[in-house]
Amino acid sequence: MSSYYEASARERLHALFDRGSFHEFLPPSERVVSPHLVQLDTPAAFDDGVIVGRATLDGRPVLVAAQEGGFMGGAVGEVHGAKLVGLLERARDEKPAAVLLLVESGGVRLHEANAGLIGVSEIMRAVLALRSEGVPVVVLDGGQFGCFGGMGIVARLCDAIVMSEEGRLGLSGPEVIETTCGVEEFDSRDRALVWRTVGGKHRYLLGEADAIVADDISAFRAAAIHLLDTKPDLSLEALTAEHERLGARIEKFGALRDALDIWSALGVEKPENLPLLEADAFRAAVDGKRA
Amino acid sequence: MDAKILLSRLFPTGFDVDFDGQFFHGTGESARGKVAIVGSVDAAPIGVELAFRMAGDVLTVVRDHPDRPILLLVDTQGQRLSRRDELLGINGYMAHLAKCLQLARNRGHRIVGLVYSEAVSGGFLASSLLADRCHALPEAQVRVMNLPAMSRITKIPLERLEELSTSSPVFAPGVMNYLQMGAVHSLWEGDLSQRLAESLDAPAEGDVRREWGEERGGRKLARPVAERVRHAAG
Repeated sequence: MSSYYEASARERLHALFDRGSFHEFLPPSERVVSPHLVQLDTPAAFDDGVIVGRATLDGRPVLVAAQEGGFMGGAVGEVHGAKLVGLLERARDEKPAAVLLLVESGGVRLHEANAGLIGVSEIMRAVLALRSEGVPVVVLDGGQFGCFGGMGIVARLCDAIVMSEEGRLGLSGPEVIETTCGVEEFDSRDRALVWRTVGGKHRYLLGEADAIVADDISAFRAAAIHLLDTKPDLSLEALTAEHERLGARIEKFGALRDALDIWSALGVEKPENLPLLEADAFRAAVDGKRA
Repeated sequence: MDAKILLSRLFPTGFDVDFDGQFFHGTGESARGKVAIVGSVDAAPIGVELAFRMAGDVLTVVRDHPDRPILLLVDTQGQRLSRRDELLGINGYMAHLAKCLQLARNRGHRIVGLVYSEAVSGGFLASSLLADRCHALPEAQVRVMNLPAMSRITKIPLERLEELSTSSPVFAPGVMNYLQMGAVHSLWEGDLSQRLAESLDAPAEGDVRREWGEERGGRKLARPVAERVRHAAG
């Protein structure tokens, strides 16, 4: 087992795709850094916290990006965002089997907040344009910083999401909510509460994550291979069906206060035991119970 | 500007709009025919219900009124901050709204956004920033975060941020910064119904905001960096 959670973005890329197949565009040797961080006397990175390139996965050509949580929490600035947009547009030209996004991001980088926000908006538009042309986009989420802010929206625009239990997905992070609304609204130090609210298991039970895997790079790889043949569908029928599902979710769960209540409403016996289960046992325990 | 005054200036020949809490929707008569209107008032926080409702309206327009342009008039202080919204997957509701707008775009609906009061962070991402063209009134407020909060989180002294914000559009609040960076196409003044007609007449050209940002000098790297990745050898 090789932990996805503990690995750096580069380690994930090299271990997840076919051996030796990864080729980076605009590598660190090109020195494309954020000019805005320098202006604020903040250290810059030669890849601006995101690595983009091509690889093969199970022999099939894919375009890939990996955000590095170790650099400013994977937050999106002007250069970081533009690299992702360029990759997604390249996919419109090349039509690879899929684009894989190894997300790990707190969202917009505050040091260049306006550029980051606009950059996220451009990523959103680029994902939607790409999917409209039939190329699937698959998200892998299992890093230390989770996937929040605008990147949390981006992830849900894609065709499929693979998460580990350690992966987290949301919009406003627990710390942000606690700081703004108080500890009684969201205690960000209550790890069990955080995991069951924004963690992989809850996302899988809600039907937002398509696969839940152990914290192991090879497990992410296997799940990603399995999702390569996903067909993007942005038709009126597909979005009407999604609309009905999201409406039903508010109706059924909107008054519930905790993930445990939702799991219980889904018919899970002993929901309090779910956080303790390994990925395989968890999948078995919730089989047929997902929303 | 008050939403009803705004509507009467955008649609002097008439509009039919229902207000329900912080949400409103309906139609307006423009020089280019009927326009669907979806919006919010009172700097509404965008939570799961509001995003869901706006998405439902967009789907109805797509289903029942092919080609009808959609005007987004969203006044928002940002995403609703609550544990409940996170529990229900608020980011997925916002993504759903974005997908519905993309469906409309793919089917030939023009989408125009006008920030008439406030647009903040995630609320802006989920609404006006998804338009073909986003415009703003000159008095509109657009931001990710105010400078004191930004200073606390980044640990950069407030004085330094204030000083830099006079020369750089990249982080400080302000509609002019978003104009310079290409996210806001233009400020609307004078005859608003005429501005709307002009925006509806503009050709659909994909997402060219980073070109505007480069031309205006507010975002010089986004276009060339994306271009280099798109065309890099290998």
